[in-house]
Order: sequence, then structure tokens, then C-alpha cells
Amino acid sequence: MFVNYEIKSKELEIVFEEEIDHHTCSKLAIMSDDNIKKYMPQTVLFNFEKVSFMDSSGIGMLLRQI
Amino acid sequence: MDNEMKLEIKSKSSNEAFARVTVAAFASQLDPTFEELADIKTAVSEAVTNCIIHGYENKDGIIHINCKLFDKTIEIEIIDFGKGIENVEMARQALYTSKPELDRSGMGFTIMESFMDEIKVESIVGMGTKIVMKKNIGEVK
Ligand SMILES: Nc1ncnc2c1ncn2[C@@H]1O[C@H](COP(=O)(O)OP(=O)(O)OP(=O)(O)O)[C@@H](O)[C@H]1O
Ligand SMILES: [Mg+2]
Repeated sequence: MFVNYEIKSKELEIVFEEEIDHHTCSKLAIMSDDNIKKYMPQTVLFNFEKVSFMDSSGIGMLLRQI
Repeated sequence: MDNEMKLEIKSKSSNEAFARVTVAAFASQLDPTFEELADIKTAVSEAVTNCIIHGYENKDGIIHINCKLFDKTIEIEIIDFGKGIENVEMARQALYTSKPELDRSGMGFTIMESFMDEIKVESIVGMGTKIVMKKNIGEVK
């Protein structure tokens, strides 16, 4: 996972990679929480383009963030 | 074709990826499409994750995965010897979860149902849960 922050638009893009399941999602949730707290963005863009697998654990993680 | 494989894994979350990839590798003997394989992987991931989170509540346990290949069908059994489900009908409803505090969305059974052609749930409280799923491969849709 990595992030891109656009200062002008206050937009934080969170780019997820590889596989999102119950095993990987707790670490990903903490990392995205930390980044949102750090940048305090106006908008957050979740990018799943680089994700090769996702199950309901990923849905749960996403629902928590919004 | 007529083939069979059995797998026993510890209820550790690091085995989730192993389980779904192994079942998918076995299923590839039926020459499935990329999409059919993705469906199987996701359904297996849902069932195995349920054994770990709900069946064994993150404690030690063993999960059995039995796969059979028929002519154009794969049958997958996923079994735990954990807590069991009190009300299967309610558990299978979309958005129902007994663990909302753990960021569960209650979509697992719904995903298994929509990605597989058939799913059966047998459960006895205190004894465990058995999920039997079937998917037809290479069906003209
Ligand atoms: N193997 C199991 N052992 C005991 N209870 C189970 C088992 N599988 C499912 N359940 C029960 O059925 C409910 C619904 O399962 P389902 O997979 O649909 O949702 P979830 O696991 O709660 O959330 P999600 O799958 O979206 O993360 C669970 O909340 C749990 O109470
Ligand atoms: Mg589930």
C-alpha cells in the first residue's frame, strides 16, 4: 500500500496492492487510518486498480473507513 | 474426469491465501476461465475465513478442505469443528453478522451463493460447521 497526497486539492489517494483478505486487511486498515490522520485530507480516493484479490474482509475494511 | 484431494490446515489467517490458491490449482484441471477461478478463490476464502473468525474465534483448530472434480463440476467441502451456527437461515442473510465490532460486513454467505452454483450449510452448535459448495465449469451462460 502507498499514498499520494495532492496539497492543492487536499486529496489523499490510498493505493492498495496485491491481495486484500482477513489476513492482510488489519495492517492495511491501520496504515490507511494513520495516513488519513496524518494528512487530514478533504477527500480520500481509494484506488483498487493494483489489487489482484479481494473478499468480504476488504468490504468490511472499506466500510469502516467511510 | 473424476478426481479428489483433501487438505487439512491450522486455523491461522496466514493459511487463507494458501487454501484458496491450492483449491484453485486443483480446479484448474477442469480448464476453468480466469473468472471462474476467481469465483472459486473468493468463495473458498470466505468459507475458510469464517471457520477462523467464527468457528474457532481465532483460537487453534483444524480446518478440513475436501475437493472433488467431476466431469464439469467442482465440489468443495470446508469443515470446522468449532462453535457451530445457531440459526443458519439468519446467518445466510445478506448483511447479517454476529461480529460487527470486528469490521465484518455480513457478506460472506452472499458472496459464496452468488459465485458458486450451489451451497449447502450444515451446522451443529458446539460441534462445528460444514459448507458444501458446487460450481459448474465451462457452462454456456
Ligand atoms: N464456520 C462458522 N462457524 C460459526 N459461525 C459461522 C460460521 N460461518 C458463518 N458463521 C455465522 O454466520 C454469520 C454470517 O457469515 P458471513 O460470512 O455471511 O458474514 P461475516 O463473516 O459475519 O462477515 P463477512 O464475511 O462479510 O466478513 C457470521 O457472522 C457468523 O455468526
Ligand atoms: Mg464471513
